[in-house]
Amino acid sequence: MKAECAIEARNLTKKFGDLVAVNRVNLEIKDGEIFGLLGPNGAGKTTLIHMLSTILPPTKGMAKVASSDIDKDPDGVRKAIGIVFQEPSLDNRLTGRENLDFHGRMYGMTKAQRDERVKKVLEIVGLKGRADVLVQNYSGGMKRRLEMARGLMHHPKILFLDEPTLGLDPQTRRVIWDHIRILNEVEKVTIILTTHYIEEADYLCNRVAIIDHGKIVALDKPDALKDRLKGDVVYINISDPEKYISIFRKSKLVKKAKIVDGTLHLQVSSGERAIPKLIDLANEHGGQVHTVSLRRPTLEDVFIHYTGRAIREEAPSNHARMGRIATAHGLR
Amino acid sequence: MAAQVIYTLWLREMKWLIRAKSRLVASVVQPFLWLAIIGVGMSSTLTMPGSQISYLQFMAPGIVGMTLIFSSTMAGVSVLWDKQFGFMKEILVAPVPRIQIMLGKAIGGMTTSILQGLLLLLAAAAVGVRPPGVVELLQVLVFMVLISLTFVSIGLAFASRMEDPVAFPIVMNFLIMPLYFLSGALYRVDMAPGWLSFLSRMDPLTYGVDGIRGAILGTSYAQFPMWLDFAVLGVFAVVMILLGSYLFRKIKA
Repeated sequence: MKAECAIEARNLTKKFGDLVAVNRVNLEIKDGEIFGLLGPNGAGKTTLIHMLSTILPPTKGMAKVASSDIDKDPDGVRKAIGIVFQEPSLDNRLTGRENLDFHGRMYGMTKAQRDERVKKVLEIVGLKGRADVLVQNYSGGMKRRLEMARGLMHHPKILFLDEPTLGLDPQTRRVIWDHIRILNEVEKVTIILTTHYIEEADYLCNRVAIIDHGKIVALDKPDALKDRLKGDVVYINISDPEKYISIFRKSKLVKKAKIVDGTLHLQVSSGERAIPKLIDLANEHGGQVHTVSLRRPTLEDVFIHYTGRAIREEAPSNHARMGRIATAHGLR
Repeated sequence: MAAQVIYTLWLREMKWLIRAKSRLVASVVQPFLWLAIIGVGMSSTLTMPGSQISYLQFMAPGIVGMTLIFSSTMAGVSVLWDKQFGFMKEILVAPVPRIQIMLGKAIGGMTTSILQGLLLLLAAAAVGVRPPGVVELLQVLVFMVLISLTFVSIGLAFASRMEDPVAFPIVMNFLIMPLYFLSGALYRVDMAPGWLSFLSRMDPLTYGVDGIRGAILGTSYAQFPMWLDFAVLGVFAVVMILLGSYLFRKIKA
């Protein structure tokens, strides 16, 4: 194991009966990086994190976290990591300070160490003024920040954040993101976060692993992942997309084509130049193009590229969304 | 380190107790109500055949036992609320052996139930049922601790395997009610029919109540010698702690 490795996983697998939640995952996470696990709900992100944090034993495979084996030395792992769970895990009947103090005691910190550290972590997450209020009176964002502060209490080398901004409003999400960056810089702590928000992974992470059906399907820096798509994506909303996808596929302009939620996604090297030609091509075959839009590749496109579907099933369909974008761009 | 973990968990239970005002008031008032309603009420219609003591004197130790057995087993519910609110994950991810977590919870639960038991002793003293001396008072306390330890461990053993904090009291009542009625808290085990007397002798609470009764009223009013009460209940307590910590090892958040 290399010295600069915070986490190393080999063939890590978790099965629940017949369901393979995590399927032979190999992973190396470097010291000091913010590493993102991006995937839809049920992709196996949380299960992976639970194995790495010794909450769940793996079915197969091994992993070393901060040089300790998760199977042979779980207490060594537990001492070295902090974790913020996806679901709330605070004691609402204690104050913020008492929650932190409880944590410090459980990790064997002395009174002097705890008092000093509580002050410091409260400062990092900006909760100094609310420390002695019962947690039941905190807002959702404050609770999340308190949980991050608690995860930092015992000077962990690695901090796991499982969906750190799930269910928070966009403004609060921004605040949390800034805090995550600050604690990565100030505390020099390696951060592994799971998310199904593309923007979150893009904004925060040094490297991102796209995980789907328990497998890592791509892993790189966000920009490098986007560069892999080589070019722009043109979205065309057209009647009978199945017919036209084969027509577009024959065109030299189109490098790759697929249908997502009834919308054609065409990968081209230069979107601006390609659009008129693509519309002409459709017209030649009697096609009625409803809307067209163009996007530089985002992580979402990368995600669709590797998994063949959009990340959030519950989100409005691409069809509807593209329609709105096209209208906004005056293409209608 | 072990002591710090156990103390930390205990401290949290105490903060809860003090902050939950309604629970605090209920646990203070309840023992007095029990004694007033059941004790005084029943002793006005019942007498002890062939005995110098009143029925109130006979059953006051039984009400101490009842208070202990109910509040001790119900202490396990805090584990289920921790699971419900996700706090158990925070506890389990700490680098701490599971047995220390079990012991912290157990001592927290025992403190609450013994405090309630002591209040009941006070209430009993107020109506004239009290241990004659310091030695007898200490004997009473030993039996109170053993009863509490036994039933806190049973409660925690169940709680480690259950999920639903609403179902827990129902399940525990199902178990505790027969144990209470079999315990000889309300009637003399030796005067009950053979089958009932046999079942009573299988019940750990029988020995706890008998020990407390022997200490307060004098050994001639007890069914068994005090050393036997102590030995049997002690064995039950040890077995239940072992069982509780065994089941706690595999507790899931």
